[in-house]
Amino acid sequence: MADTTVSLAVRSAPPAPSQAPPGGPRGGRVAAWIRRGGLSTLVIALPMLLCFGLFSWFPIARAVVMSFQFTNLVTAPEFVGLENFTYVLSDPLLPVAVRNTFYFAVLALLFGYPIPLLAAVAMSEVRRARGLFAALAYLPVVVPPVVAVLLWKTFYSGADTGVFNTIAGWFGAGPFPWLQHPDWAMPSLVLEATWAAAGGTVIIYLAALTSVPPELYDAAEVDGAGIWRKIWHVTLPQLRPVLFITLILQIIGTSQVFTEPYLFTGGGPANSTTTILLMIYNYAFGGRGDYGAATALSLMLAVVLAILSAIYFRTTRRWSTT
Amino acid sequence: MKSRMIAPLAVVALTASLAACSTGDDALTPADADALADEEVTLHVAIDEGLEEEAVEAFETRAAEFTEEHPNITVEAQEYTWTGTTFAADLAGGTLPTVFTVPFTDGRGLIERQQIADISALVAELPYAGQFNETVAAAGQSADGAQWAVPVAAYGQGIHYNRALFAEAGLDPDAPPTTWEEVREAADTISEETGQTGLGMMTSSNTGGWILTTLVYAMGGRAEAVEGDEVTATIDTPEYQEALEYLHAMRWEDDSMGDEFLYDWATSHADFGAGKIGMMISGGGDYGNLITQNAMNPDDYGVTVLPLEGDDAAVLGGGTLAAVDAKATPAEQAAAVEWIDFYYMGKLTTQEGAVADAEALTAQDQPVGAPILPVFDQETYDQSQEWIADLINVPLEQFAPYSDRIYDQPLAAEPPAATQDLYATLDPVVQAVLTDESADIDTLLADAEQQVQTLIDRG
Repeated sequence: MADTTVSLAVRSAPPAPSQAPPGGPRGGRVAAWIRRGGLSTLVIALPMLLCFGLFSWFPIARAVVMSFQFTNLVTAPEFVGLENFTYVLSDPLLPVAVRNTFYFAVLALLFGYPIPLLAAVAMSEVRRARGLFAALAYLPVVVPPVVAVLLWKTFYSGADTGVFNTIAGWFGAGPFPWLQHPDWAMPSLVLEATWAAAGGTVIIYLAALTSVPPELYDAAEVDGAGIWRKIWHVTLPQLRPVLFITLILQIIGTSQVFTEPYLFTGGGPANSTTTILLMIYNYAFGGRGDYGAATALSLMLAVVLAILSAIYFRTTRRWSTT
Repeated sequence: MKSRMIAPLAVVALTASLAACSTGDDALTPADADALADEEVTLHVAIDEGLEEEAVEAFETRAAEFTEEHPNITVEAQEYTWTGTTFAADLAGGTLPTVFTVPFTDGRGLIERQQIADISALVAELPYAGQFNETVAAAGQSADGAQWAVPVAAYGQGIHYNRALFAEAGLDPDAPPTTWEEVREAADTISEETGQTGLGMMTSSNTGGWILTTLVYAMGGRAEAVEGDEVTATIDTPEYQEALEYLHAMRWEDDSMGDEFLYDWATSHADFGAGKIGMMISGGGDYGNLITQNAMNPDDYGVTVLPLEGDDAAVLGGGTLAAVDAKATPAEQAAAVEWIDFYYMGKLTTQEGAVADAEALTAQDQPVGAPILPVFDQETYDQSQEWIADLINVPLEQFAPYSDRIYDQPLAAEPPAATQDLYATLDPVVQAVLTDESADIDTLLADAEQQVQTLIDRG
């Protein structure tokens, strides 16, 4: 099928000029490019290219340059080679931030990966009011993240009159130091993050579930499969490409976690929720204005994530296409 | 024709050469400023955010008076209130007003990194230049003593307390604690009798390090030692150890520090204003914020001095500096110093300025006359208080435990190098002590000292 498309495209291309036009070979190529619609394509793409160039690619290029400079953006920058990188790599907070980010990612995967999947599967099994359940699941996504975090922050009050502690008190438990203890703070952050983000993933899974051919379920049912076997042998294999994508997106997303630690705890208590992105933020805006160190760490994070993504796609390519 | 062409060229050449000077080692000199005295300048000055209409009008009146004196300067007001994170972004983005204010804590760092203009030569020409209180002036000076930023307000750290909670706990609001042991006992009593936090402790956004260092100063310690050009972090010391053990005992033995251990400045003041905290260590000039922005009942407010115990015990000082944008042209710098002299220093040195400022504050129901520290000497301060005596609207008798003694307490400047970094590094140390009963104070302090030294050395 793919071959047919290619051959049709080749056939529909204008014939190559048999003779060079008066403008010479280069002029001919330009004229042909314009005739083929290259110019109009460029004009249409230009606003997008400008926007991306100005607001995305230029800052990225600028950040790469800044990572090799000592700069506070006020005085003249000074090129310092790899000093920013060695400084960041020798910062004793870096291993702590990496560990915390990894911990957040693992907890978020444990809580945040299966829950939306189970919710979507459960919703897809519901005959009535599926839209209502989907809307309810999606509702937290509509709440602005800052509002959600500040709301949960009051719920997490360490006093025995706090919302969650009051609820825990009904069952004779607590009060718990939700955000006020190094061991409790990160799971508390992940709990809110899962609540806030699960709705979006549920919608993706629900959409993917509609593409699962119903006859596969019918066939499984005829073969005597129960609901769990149908999920295991039909639903999950059919969702595999989507599951892979959401997994890598979640890994990338959790590696860049910032809002929750910044607003809930500011990285505390005792750096127990300081993540890599929060560290980058503190380098840049924590008072010192060390933009060189901030961009160096950003660059390292981007490279690590790119490598991680490449390895992930390479190792899972075979599974996702079979 | 020729002369008409030469004049603007000369101005351009002069401006260019002055600009070159200003970005180099040499500051703008009074002679340069004189040469630019008649140049048309538009000066962007800071005006507090969210002011009432009357206050804006009062500001505009002052600006008009200034323009009358300096017809070549056009004053454009730009809303600005210092907040740590937005300030860093504004500074980097070049969106600050030409004249702005910063806390003392930021002064030395901004000067070291040359992120503000060197106006020291012009400041030296001001009539009161040699009369600043030395400790206060140090916050705006470079290592060689040049006054890059002008102190416009000063305070010493103090203990704010809630008189209503004191009374409810059976303590005398007119006799607040005078030793650290008494502070601990009072906190315990408040916590026991009222169920509220005895002593609220800030620990986030660099405030943990700030308040811990306040305690250390009051116990006779210092955070940095300066010898020539060399600055050494002195954090792994008996005084820091003592201060942390004191907090540890209040938290884990007495349980008198409440349930919130991630307070920053804003949240601690909000809870203090709401009557949830019995005592809180902070800057002595916080009354205005507590009353106007956190709706505290003025009758409940009390403040006292820090107990000073130890050989070299001192009160950590703080305050506000007026500074000028590093990218300001020489003409703007000259105009900016004129504005600082007229608007900020006029409140302290002239009757007209003091009364105009007090009237503007009254117009928006802001407190007038809350005791602070003198930027110059006691006499100048007393004189300015006299000028506005009729407009004072704060309960001065409730400030007595502070104002009766603060002027006799030795004042010490904040650590001179990497101040915010030092405070930021100590935040997790304080948090660890307050959230982990088995926190290893020795290791925490040793690690913190090493980290702070690295930051000082990075410059």
